[in-house]
This record gives sequence, structure tokens and C-alpha cells, in this order.
Amino acid sequence: MAESAITGAYRDDARLDNSDGLRRDAFREQLALFGLCSPALLLVLIILVVPVGWLFYVSFIGADGSFSLENYERMWERKSYARIFWTTFEVSVLTTGICIALGYPFAYFLSQLPARAANLCLIAVLLPFWTSLLVRTYAWLVLLQKRGLVNDWAIGLGLWEEPLKFVHNMTGTLIGMVHIMLPFLILPVYSSMKAINQDYLKAASNCGAGPVRAFWTVFFPLSLPGLFAGSLIVFVLCLGFFVTPAVLGGGKVIMVSMKIASNVELFVNWGAASALGVVLLVMTMLILWVAARFVKLDQLAGGGH
Amino acid sequence: MTDIVAPDARAGALPITIRDVTKTYGSVHALDHVSLDVRSGEFLTLLGPSGSGKTTLLMVLAGFTRPDSGSLRFGDEEVIRKPPHERDLGMVFQNYALFPHMTVAGNVGYPLRIRKMAKAEMAARIERALETVQLGGYGERRITQLSGGQKQRVALARAIVFEPRILLMDEPLSALDKKLRDRMQIELRHLHEQLGMTTVYVTHDQREALTMSDRIAVINHGRLMQLAEPRELYDRPANRFVADFIGESAFLPAERQGDAVLCHGRPLAHEGQAADGTRLSVMLRPERLRLMNGEDEPDTNRFPATVEEVVYQGDSFLMQARLEDGTLVSLRDVVRRDTLAGLPAVGAAVTLGLHARDTVIIPDSEG
Repeated sequence: MAESAITGAYRDDARLDNSDGLRRDAFREQLALFGLCSPALLLVLIILVVPVGWLFYVSFIGADGSFSLENYERMWERKSYARIFWTTFEVSVLTTGICIALGYPFAYFLSQLPARAANLCLIAVLLPFWTSLLVRTYAWLVLLQKRGLVNDWAIGLGLWEEPLKFVHNMTGTLIGMVHIMLPFLILPVYSSMKAINQDYLKAASNCGAGPVRAFWTVFFPLSLPGLFAGSLIVFVLCLGFFVTPAVLGGGKVIMVSMKIASNVELFVNWGAASALGVVLLVMTMLILWVAARFVKLDQLAGGGH
Repeated sequence: MTDIVAPDARAGALPITIRDVTKTYGSVHALDHVSLDVRSGEFLTLLGPSGSGKTTLLMVLAGFTRPDSGSLRFGDEEVIRKPPHERDLGMVFQNYALFPHMTVAGNVGYPLRIRKMAKAEMAARIERALETVQLGGYGERRITQLSGGQKQRVALARAIVFEPRILLMDEPLSALDKKLRDRMQIELRHLHEQLGMTTVYVTHDQREALTMSDRIAVINHGRLMQLAEPRELYDRPANRFVADFIGESAFLPAERQGDAVLCHGRPLAHEGQAADGTRLSVMLRPERLRLMNGEDEPDTNRFPATVEEVVYQGDSFLMQARLEDGTLVSLRDVVRRDTLAGLPAVGAAVTLGLHARDTVIIPDSEG
């Protein structure tokens, strides 16, 4: 009896409950955390939300300064725009495809090397990242042009008679873009391959699978998330690529980004340029949205598991 | 093709003959001329501390580690140069190594798919293998949805589904909690009796080895220390390493003089055959020692000691006592009213008794 009287007294004593104080502390803690985030949120607002909103707004302003859909109608009506979008798509798909064909085997090779050798090779992969994009693109121009190193040597060795046309066309654009995009594919693929437990392959082999079957039934499916992530990065980056197709395409490969540039530089038509930008942005978002249904997008950043 | 649980399955088991297998990593002998015969249908455990070479030996059997020299035969066939995928043996990996991109049925059916079995028979075999490991109806589950114990069973089903004649297991229970591990030990043992395939099991857990095995091969520093049945291994270890590794024990130096074996100058009563050689050790197991209550029993060796510590462990108590020569020995007994009542206090002088039957005299060598 005496015991229950004591517990009763404890229950009645508000000072021993503390629930109000604890709730206030929790609220304060959340407020403080939000306060710490606010500079980042402000930054996102200033450099992302406001400009993109502005882009949308400008794209709906006609030549006479009033609200109109003419910038979008133009894209729909003129054949040249359809061709530009098609070229953009074509270049992106081809670049991605070639990057997969070259990058996947290379990443596999890297993943099988001992750690030291793999690290050296990774540095070789990353080296181009530390060189200016413009320099690399012009370097290709020097190498591939009509009287460039490649043509001179090949003719000197008797591989072909006449100089081959490597630049100012689709071939040159693809060579340059593949070179620039390859690391974006290799890195996520490599990291997803490294994450594959070697015991899976041992298990496959123990179950009777030879090396080739073990690769296709176990290793390849397990490396797909990385391959998918890498391909997506490459494809999305290609869609908005400007420098390389502009230099190596020589005006014959017109992509959306180049049309945006000419709208601004030649015609000073900000509305038309903005509308193209919006369409490109929406297309990219759509692709990412579809992709997100197949793979977790956070893998794009980390590449690992 | 016969049923998985075919009555003649035992006839399908293969003996394994290991001869002079050596593997070095730099100057380290992972395996040092190991020779071992695994009998057909036997459950043999490779037991040793980590780094002893027991896993290396299993990997040589599976074909994942290429030895420097030696011979390995499954039945009459020399297999030492065969690649792993042609060895046709089931294996349960330490971390299960289940393919995360396949369902349970996909994993279990994988060896059958590789062997290009017809769909209908494959489905029946998968279900039967799953039932054997008590996971019937789990075929469509994803690997990530399984608990540790279930993964263990799936790995086992995958290893037995194609009816291999040899089954290898690499510490398959080490990731499970103790209760589940105890249950799986019994289950694996039953499964082995049921399937009858030659089984080589690797563990560093001596209790697990004693529980499950027909015979145990104790391995240390890449060498075979002793190959014996559990009981003999425990009761008559071949050297101090085995005696120390299997169970707890303290050792007292002893020496041979004529027919007698002397310990601290007093002759020892012993029933079993003492080891050869002059430099010997008496093995004192905690559960074989008894507290003497003054009564003079025949056939019992007596060791005066001072109590240093008494620890209550629920089902038993552990007493540590120091002998006159400074050796610290342990004594364990079950907790009953009478044993508890008679427990001496710390610092008390006691006499420890070891019956002649329990007096095991081994060579004073590390193997």
C-alpha cells in the first residue's frame, strides 16, 4: 500500500513529468538545424530556382514584348528545329553507345587488376579531367584535320591514299565527345564492378559455370546498375553539350545548345533561346524520371551500393 | 537421375585422397605436405585456429586455390589440375555467396540451369531441395528478404540440388547467433545422414566440430596435427597443441622412469597408455578434476592447491586454483546444492583429485 502511494505522488508531481520542456527542446533543436541549412537553401534559391523561373518566363515573351507562345510554335512549325533535336538525340545515343562499348571492357579490365595497378590506370582515366575541355577539343582538331598528324602518318605508312575527313563532320564530333565522356562512364561502372563480391563468381564456378557463363549470368547483371548510371550521365551530358560539337562538327553537326547560342549571338532573340533551353531541360527531366523507375538515382552521384 | 533423398545415395559418395599437398605464400607454408584420406560418405571437419591453413585446404579441394605440388583424387580420378567448374562438388560459402539478383528459386536452380536440365524437372528438383532444407514454398522470395538462417538454408539447397557426391562447407554457421547455430548443427548432421555425401566441413569452433563430425582433422601451421574421432581427439590428444585447442586444459610436466611416469617426483596412477618418450605432460581438464573431501580414494592422483577465484556461471561454477609449483589450473563442476554448499573460500587450501581413468599423459610437444 505504501509503495503505491509513493508512485501516485510521483505521477501527480508535474515537475517530474518534464514532457513540456522536452517538447520545447525538440522544437528548438529542429529550428537550429533548419537555421544551419538556410545558407544552402538560399544558395539553391538564388542560383537555381530564380534563374530557371526567369528562363521559363522569358520563353513565353514574344518579339513584341507581350505574352505569347510564338517561341514554342516556331519550334513546332519549322523543320530545321526537328532536325536539330534529331541530331542532338543521334549524337547523344551514338556517343553513349560507343562509350559503353569502349568503357565497359576497360572498367572490367581495371576491376580485375591488383589495387596498385588499378589505381595507376584510374589516374590515367582521370588525367583528362584536369586538362581544359577546349584544349582537348582543339587537340583533336590538330590531330584529325586534313593535313593533321593522323592523316599524315597513315598516308606515310600507306594505310590510305587520300586524306580522310575526320573533322568538321559527325565522325569528328563523335571522336571528341567519346573522349570527353568516357571517364563519366568508366568511373561508375568500375565502382559497381568493384562492389561485386568475388565469392559470387566462385559460387557460380562451383555450380558448374565456366568463366564465360559465370560472367554473363552473374557478373554482368550485377554490374548493370553502374552501367545504367554511367550511361545516363553520359547521355544527359551529351544532350546539352556545346564546345566539342561546335569545334569538331564544323557547323555540319548542329545540336540544340548551338542553336541556343546562335539565337542569342546572331539574332539576339532571348525568347527563342529560352524556349529551346526549357525544352532541353524538360526532355532531360523526362529521361531522368523514366530512368528513376529502373535505378536509384543516388547511384549517379556515388556509383557504389 | 535419382531422387535427392535416394536410399542408394550413399553409394554415390566419393572418397577424397589428399597426398602431400603443399602451398606456400612467399616463405609461409599455408599447407605443408598435407596428406589426408576422407572416407566415402564421411562427415570430416577441418579444425584449426585462423591462419592454420584449413580454409586453404578447402579451397584446394574446391579448386579455387592452386597448390604448388601434391595430388588430389576424388574416387580414382586425379583432379588437382581440374578447374573448379568441372569438379562437380557442392559448396556452402562462409557468407553464403547467394546471387543477389536472383530469387531463391533462381539461386537453387542455378546449377541445374548450367547443366541444361529440362524446365519441368528443374522446378521439381528445386522444390525438393528447398523442402529438404525446410524452405518449401520460398522459391519466389528475393534473397534480400531472407534472414541469416534462411540464407544459410538456401545456400545449402543450392549446394545439394544437383546431387554432388562431395559437399564442402566453409564455416557456414559462423554468421548465425548461438541458438540458431546450435540448431543448425543438429540439422546439418541429420541432413548429412539423409543425403550421405562425403562432407568436408571447415570451422574454428571446436564445440561445433565435436558436435557434428565423424572425424576431425586438426590443422595448425599448415600441417595435420591429428586425425581422429571426436571422442578420441578430446580424450587422447596427440600433442599439446591439440590438447590445448580442443577444450581447456592445464599441463604439468612429467617424465618417464622405467615403467612409471613421475609428476613432481610422485608416480602417477593412469589407466590409458602413456605416450612414448621421456619428456611428457599430464593434461588437466577442468571438468575431470574433482575437489577431494579428505577421503582417501584409491586410483586417484592428488594435487594440493590454493583457491584463487571462484566464478559462478549459472549452470556451472569455475574455480581457479594454484598448485604448489605455481601452475594455475581450472576446475569446473555443475551447480547443485551439495556442490555449492561445499565450495571453499578464496585462499583456502584444497586437494584436487584426478582419477586414473582421466589421467591422460601426452608428449610434451607442440606437434
